[in-house]
Amino acid sequence: MLTPVVDEDGAPFWEYAARGELRVQTCADCAEPRFPPRPCCPHCQSFASEWRPVSGHGRVWSYVVPHPPLLPDYAEQAPYNVIVVELADAPRIRLVGNLVSGPDAPLNSHPPDRIRIGARVRVVFSSAGLPQWILERP
Amino acid sequence: MAVAPVTADSGDVAGIKDATAIAGIGQTPFARQLPENERTLACRAILAALGDAGIAPAEVDALASYTMEETDEVEVAKALGLGDLTYFSKVGYGGGGSCATVAHLAAAIASGQATVGVAWRSRKRGSGPRPWRNTTAQLPTPAQWTRPFGLLRPSDEIAMLTRRHMHEYGTTRDHLFNVALACRNRANQNPAAIMYDRPLTREMYMTSRWISEPLCLFDNCLETDGALACVVVSAERARDCRRAPVYIHSAAQGLPAQHHGMVNYWNDDPLTGPAWTAARHLWKHADFTPDDVQVAQIYDAFTALIPLSLEGYGFCGRGEGGAFTEGGSLEIGGRLPMNTGGGGLSEAYVHGFNLITEGVRQLRGTSTAQVPGAATCLVTAGEGVPTSALLLRS
Repeated sequence: MLTPVVDEDGAPFWEYAARGELRVQTCADCAEPRFPPRPCCPHCQSFASEWRPVSGHGRVWSYVVPHPPLLPDYAEQAPYNVIVVELADAPRIRLVGNLVSGPDAPLNSHPPDRIRIGARVRVVFSSAGLPQWILERP
Repeated sequence: MAVAPVTADSGDVAGIKDATAIAGIGQTPFARQLPENERTLACRAILAALGDAGIAPAEVDALASYTMEETDEVEVAKALGLGDLTYFSKVGYGGGGSCATVAHLAAAIASGQATVGVAWRSRKRGSGPRPWRNTTAQLPTPAQWTRPFGLLRPSDEIAMLTRRHMHEYGTTRDHLFNVALACRNRANQNPAAIMYDRPLTREMYMTSRWISEPLCLFDNCLETDGALACVVVSAERARDCRRAPVYIHSAAQGLPAQHHGMVNYWNDDPLTGPAWTAARHLWKHADFTPDDVQVAQIYDAFTALIPLSLEGYGFCGRGEGGAFTEGGSLEIGGRLPMNTGGGGLSEAYVHGFNLITEGVRQLRGTSTAQVPGAATCLVTAGEGVPTSALLLRS
């Protein structure tokens, strides 16, 4: 499986995720959250930022179900789902992830035909430190 | 003595409108696999385009291509015996750069930086590896936010926007089929097209294998070896060339504020992509409107890019791109015949350069699926990435 190729701006996100925390880069001056992380606030041009905890609740904004040809580790689990989650407390922050049956479950653990846009989800974390998503009401 | 700075309002800028023209086009055969290498194919396409224009290689003083083009200017110029080059540029973002190569040459020639420009694309995408298979050359941003979760391929990334478009606007698989069918029907008229002798039916489309739901096999472009080129000169020079000039009426690039490339999920309005930005500039500098466009060549790496582009370039309202495809509107005789050579879906996928050359053929009256009397053509580059577009007229 591919692991995140982390850059300097994104590193804090993954460090918090490894501790089971979902945090979003936020401007320390104008308080506007931004994603993906970057050095400068596009709203007020401040270079000061902090990592704000978010609730970890959200809704499915869209989803796809990839089929082969895929990289081997992913082909083995196909068809699986990939979702985009709109965070409840920062609607423009949307995270790509997988809807799974529980923490550390494989990509194909939630049936693709039981996903709908708008469904409420919440974050869990894999042992590898990746955010995953489970249905609020399975 | 102090020199007062020269200030000019936009009314003083001459602009590029109709100042330059495409005087020659050329291409190699298209195939899943061609024996010659990309450099050789590039040389063949460029020589064919210069021959079409009746211009000698030694007269070329400008080149433009894609950053993904592997044959650089030094190789092309020394192999073909080009003259001294005074302008050369490359445009990024894969298929988003196609029309921009021509736009850069038009600007260079209109502003006196060069006189004879060649744009080209040579690619062995059919016999080469799929770019997304490369796991070592991935940029950390934005891939760190998408690829670990199995969003691996451009098809997956665009499928995500497609599903959202279906959800918000009621776009259907039948709408996407209308796009695939129009391209295939035109390819069936074009002997140079990979899919010349292979008709497509709704049954084939609806029962084909998935690539990334909601996109199936026929929503995805071909994988092709081939090369194409075109020659850009001043309008005045073009009138002395072998072929009727095809004027570059308006040209634009588009990189919208807060855009994120093919994974454009992180702004206020992900379904309003680069086409909208390019379109605003394109129409601002044009003497005609979307209603006056008689034929269009719309970048079609995926069928779903067509509804997005139809909305962005103003052929219909926001969210109406799916419905626009109904009733044969994309076919010959319809409101907007498109991709009349077969496009990337059914002629050849060479990062959209075949859309430029087909636009030229339409305005010369020499297309294999000619729109009667076509005098205006929109050509677009890849939507969903920083893009570009051309308005051509005869």
